[in-house]
Amino acid sequence: MIEMQDVWKEYPNGTQALNGISVHIQKGEFVYIVGPSGAGKSTFIKLMYREERPTRGHIFINGFNIEKLKDRKIPLLRRTIGVVFQDFKLLPKLTAAENVAFALEVIGAPPKYIRKRVREVLEQVGLEEKMSMYPHQLSGGEQQRVAVARSLANNPAVLIADEPTGNLDPETSWDVMRLFQRINDLGTTIVMATHNREIVNTMRKRVIAIENGVIVRDEEKGYYGYDD
Amino acid sequence: MSFAALSAVIVTLAVLGFSLILTFNVAQMSNSVTGQLEFSAFLNVNASEQQGEQVAQEIRALPGIASVQIISKNEGLQQMKQELGQELSDVLNAFKQNPLPIQIVVKPQDPHQIDRLAKEVSEIPGVAAVRDPHKLAAAIFRTLAVVRDIGIVFVVGLVVTSMFLISNTIRMTIFHRRREIEIMKLVGATNWFIRWPFIIEGMIIGLIGSAIPVVLLVYGYRSLYVKAKGVFSGLAFPLVQAGQIEVKLAVILIAMGLLIGMWGGVITVRRFLRV
Repeated sequence: MIEMQDVWKEYPNGTQALNGISVHIQKGEFVYIVGPSGAGKSTFIKLMYREERPTRGHIFINGFNIEKLKDRKIPLLRRTIGVVFQDFKLLPKLTAAENVAFALEVIGAPPKYIRKRVREVLEQVGLEEKMSMYPHQLSGGEQQRVAVARSLANNPAVLIADEPTGNLDPETSWDVMRLFQRINDLGTTIVMATHNREIVNTMRKRVIAIENGVIVRDEEKGYYGYDD
Repeated sequence: MSFAALSAVIVTLAVLGFSLILTFNVAQMSNSVTGQLEFSAFLNVNASEQQGEQVAQEIRALPGIASVQIISKNEGLQQMKQELGQELSDVLNAFKQNPLPIQIVVKPQDPHQIDRLAKEVSEIPGVAAVRDPHKLAAAIFRTLAVVRDIGIVFVVGLVVTSMFLISNTIRMTIFHRRREIEIMKLVGATNWFIRWPFIIEGMIIGLIGSAIPVVLLVYGYRSLYVKAKGVFSGLAFPLVQAGQIEVKLAVILIAMGLLIGMWGGVITVRRFLRV
């Protein structure tokens, strides 16, 4: 499913972000990526959806060989991956439903299918009542759920989340985490970079800790392990 | 859509269109001149018919002459009246006496001998002037060619400026829509799906920018053609007919406008969209 073999990443400005990462994540796993800021978590995440290219090493995602993936084939990879961010990245002038539909429209899905699928995923995240509302009319937690609905619209095999609860209060964070758990229960692989110690230590999953660009810890049902 | 980009395209295509009109006419004139196989000798204004007959005899005696035709003062006047048309011919009525000299049209057997024969004829006593269309045309050609070349140099510079301004305009749109673009990339929109709206934007600027010069130049040339009665004033070089030039001009200018806009879009998308 997700396979990295001795992956290195050096940015053009000379920053050594990753120094030999090897990891294997199976279909249906739920994995936390933890570590101090600047340790390489974001780079790790960006390599998975081919926002960045490794300097060295092999990466296989959902059957795509990232090394050999031509630029114009990147969209095909991304259609198998859902991505959720700390800042939601919703379009402010579109309603909840339109934001979800946008993701399907730009890949050329038929309108009839879009209407059906938008309703399905908004129901899945519990926002069918608010589908006509604009982002500014929704709470932070609701906005993040719209973003999750959008990431699910395309039936991704993997859901990547970069600090999805970073902008949410603790209670809302738990709502969103329960949503991720339900999605995972349906078989979607989840890889989540997070700084939320309480969540990692309570909702126990596999924990991969990255420091200075290398994996220092990889445990099933692990702990957060940092004091920040 | 920025006003600067649009006006740059308009100016570019107006100058290009002007140069094209010149080019078309120079080409036609050049054809018409090289096709001319005869030249004209003019006698003094007060020379008599007999003198005309005499000079014609002397010309006939020269080697290599195919035919010699005398156009009398009256015939010449009738011809000029016809060429000038109804309104302008009244001017000729103001003359008490016929102001035109006797004209002798000479046709050589070999067109290449035209310059030599023109020189020999000009030396015959009683001949006041010889009009050799080739010499006259050469001077006009040189001037028009310079004007056209300057136009082309301007066009090249202006095309670059236009593309830069179009590119700037599209860059602003890209900046304005960066969130949408980011999301499109994340959810797997194809590169061309993301690119084409910006290239279309460039093409629309080019299209609108070409419409204005097309209308101006077509209308302008039409009225010039009508005013000039289809000839290059007084020199009897026919202008390219208004109808013939319009379609060519419109097609070239619109195509250039679209091309400039499209290319402006392509370079911008390549540099700033990174998809």
